[in-house]
Amino acid sequence: MPHRDFIKFILPSLLAMMLFIAFPIVSVLVQSLYVEHDQVMIVTENCNPFGCEKETIIDIEATAKLKEEEPLGKFNGLGTYTNRSHLAFTEVAEAWRSTDSFSAFMVKIYDLPFYKALFFTLVYTFFVTPVGIILGLLIALAVNSLPRLFKGATIFVSLLPMIVTPLIGSLILFWMIDADGIIGATLQYLYDDSSLSLKASAGLTWATLIFYGIWHQAPFPFIVFYAGLQTVPQDVLQAAMIDGASRWERVWYVTVPHLMPLVTFCALIMLMDNFRVFEPIVGFSASANATSLSWIIFNDLRGQETPLFGSAAATSMLTIIGVIILLKPVLYRTWQDFKSKTA
Amino acid sequence: MKTKGIVLFGITLLWAGTVWAGCGIDKGSVRILSNDFKAMHAILEGVEACAGDGLTITKNQTTEHKDIQVAALKADPAVYSSAVVANSSIVALYNEGLIRPLDDLVGQYGQKLKKNQLITIDGKVMAVAFMANAQHLFYRKDILEKAGLEPPQTYEDVLAASKVIKEKGLMEFPYAANFKVGWNLGEEFINMYLGHGGEFFKKGTAQVSVNNEKGLATLNMLKALVEYANPDYLTYDSNASAAVWESGKAALMTAWGSRAVSILDDQGSTEEIVSNTVVAGAPTVAGGSIPATTLWWDGFTVAKNISDEDATATFRAMLNGISPEMVKANNDVAVWLIEGFVPGDTAKGVFESAQGGAKPYPMTPSMGLLHMALGSEIVDFLQGKESAEKALADVESAYNTAAKEKGFL
Repeated sequence: MPHRDFIKFILPSLLAMMLFIAFPIVSVLVQSLYVEHDQVMIVTENCNPFGCEKETIIDIEATAKLKEEEPLGKFNGLGTYTNRSHLAFTEVAEAWRSTDSFSAFMVKIYDLPFYKALFFTLVYTFFVTPVGIILGLLIALAVNSLPRLFKGATIFVSLLPMIVTPLIGSLILFWMIDADGIIGATLQYLYDDSSLSLKASAGLTWATLIFYGIWHQAPFPFIVFYAGLQTVPQDVLQAAMIDGASRWERVWYVTVPHLMPLVTFCALIMLMDNFRVFEPIVGFSASANATSLSWIIFNDLRGQETPLFGSAAATSMLTIIGVIILLKPVLYRTWQDFKSKTA
Repeated sequence: MKTKGIVLFGITLLWAGTVWAGCGIDKGSVRILSNDFKAMHAILEGVEACAGDGLTITKNQTTEHKDIQVAALKADPAVYSSAVVANSSIVALYNEGLIRPLDDLVGQYGQKLKKNQLITIDGKVMAVAFMANAQHLFYRKDILEKAGLEPPQTYEDVLAASKVIKEKGLMEFPYAANFKVGWNLGEEFINMYLGHGGEFFKKGTAQVSVNNEKGLATLNMLKALVEYANPDYLTYDSNASAAVWESGKAALMTAWGSRAVSILDDQGSTEEIVSNTVVAGAPTVAGGSIPATTLWWDGFTVAKNISDEDATATFRAMLNGISPEMVKANNDVAVWLIEGFVPGDTAKGVFESAQGGAKPYPMTPSMGLLHMALGSEIVDFLQGKESAEKALADVESAYNTAAKEKGFL
């Protein structure tokens, strides 16, 4: 296609992407480099229904003047990225100096909010993505071999976990695992321990969140693989059957290689989605035991009385960088495939 | 005859006209943003009775009001002409210069207001308060009787009582409170720390000072209390602990006074639990003289970025909403600060706490940042993963980081 036509074809999408994706990211990047001006404080007497007290408050006129002169705030450079709630360079260096074993060092790092969130996010991503893909493949293979009469209903039921809104799905599971809920009460009965609680321990909370994640994500690879299974070349399969390959060998040597591009595609999408895990942590009120990068952004913007915009912007940029790092292998593989096809 | 008829007709029209104008405000646009609970519904009913020719009244009652108020009032003209605030949320609006002083309007129309309803900052009236709230003690008198215990006066009594109740097998997790990670947990620390007589900041500065022996004593008391609470305590907010109480699973609870209304009603619980629930002022702690709680007020403000006409209309309409007549019709819905309020059973806890000398929640500009730092950094200590000193050091580090970003340090 001549370049001019290509540009005309792609121009609307390009404009929309510039407007709604590129410019906001640039804006967030700029905001992450600034903090608020130094507040001018004065001591005054304040009265409320319970008495009068001398307190320090902000001098509004002086602060408003500062804001008018420099609306973006005080330039902080990469200071927000290296402070304690982000990459915490000084705290990490201090931890490295003051500990002598790697595990003690890790314990100190885990105390820092950003690394705690990053750790859970990575564990979640690297558990849910492969297990979700494998589970999706198994379900697709199973559904594919069902008689036609049952296929439609089974596909519908298999898609339900993804259709349920993540927040609602996690809330429902949260109530079920409560000590008074059906799963919680059953577990307490089975283990004969009335203080057993899935919500109280960090390990069990992580397991519940990962279990929920797999349950919620599995329909996506399922439907992608199910579509892919319809295109498996029948002649190769029949040749394999004639050669005496078992069911398992047929799947491993014919079907799975055929579906490999789809596996790459699913891995790409699921890695990106799982790295931004957020709703289960809110739905399960699990922030005591598990936080994620998206959750700490939300907490900076909504959990405070006054939003911490610079901090949230810095965490957002770090999340984008994290996603790029995660996807590099998959993107590299896609690039190799593309080059080998056009060569 | 005819003239008499016309005059009579004219008088009737005028009289009907004044009745139609509701509260006598004939023009303006009143737009209110507030939280969403029973007392606010009662007030807004009174406000909406003023609607009529030329005066439009709209409202947005949402639990997310704190998140949207700053952005909404920054717009010019402001999206809302009045925001209902409390000790903590007024600071956010004041710091940005989004609310206007009400001295003139109070002078003109606010004769019926009591002196202690006027919230002044730097000598200017910035809000008019109408109700008070505080966290205080709830206890089950039948369980205490069965265990042979007196109603607790201090938190040490609460611990001892919980121990006896648990040992006698009457209840597995006798104590309940709002320990949910975040704002709720921070609030528990703040209440307990003030009960120990602690100060949050070095006088006149934004430098935090909670890493001291009072802070350590506070943490240890909280740790002792959660031993007697359900292991899921870190997920319990106000709704969850009220549900625990109403299902009879706790004998001693620290909860908001505003919850008393819904706990003591005849819905959601059994007769046995409701009739044996007693509401009392917050306990003291560590031999201190003031209850270990903070006093909160709710009040309305008037936005700055609106026309003077809207401001006047809003002020007068809100006054109608918080009139003594409204209090008479809704006496037990909240602890009103308004003329004519008669404290009933549900208000006892807040009243006793106030009379005991409990401190109001501090309106310091950087208090919100400290509150959130507390709510997230003391979790590890409560879960037994780190020492109390480390937890407080973490709180101070987290606060310093946030305060530097907000320009307080």
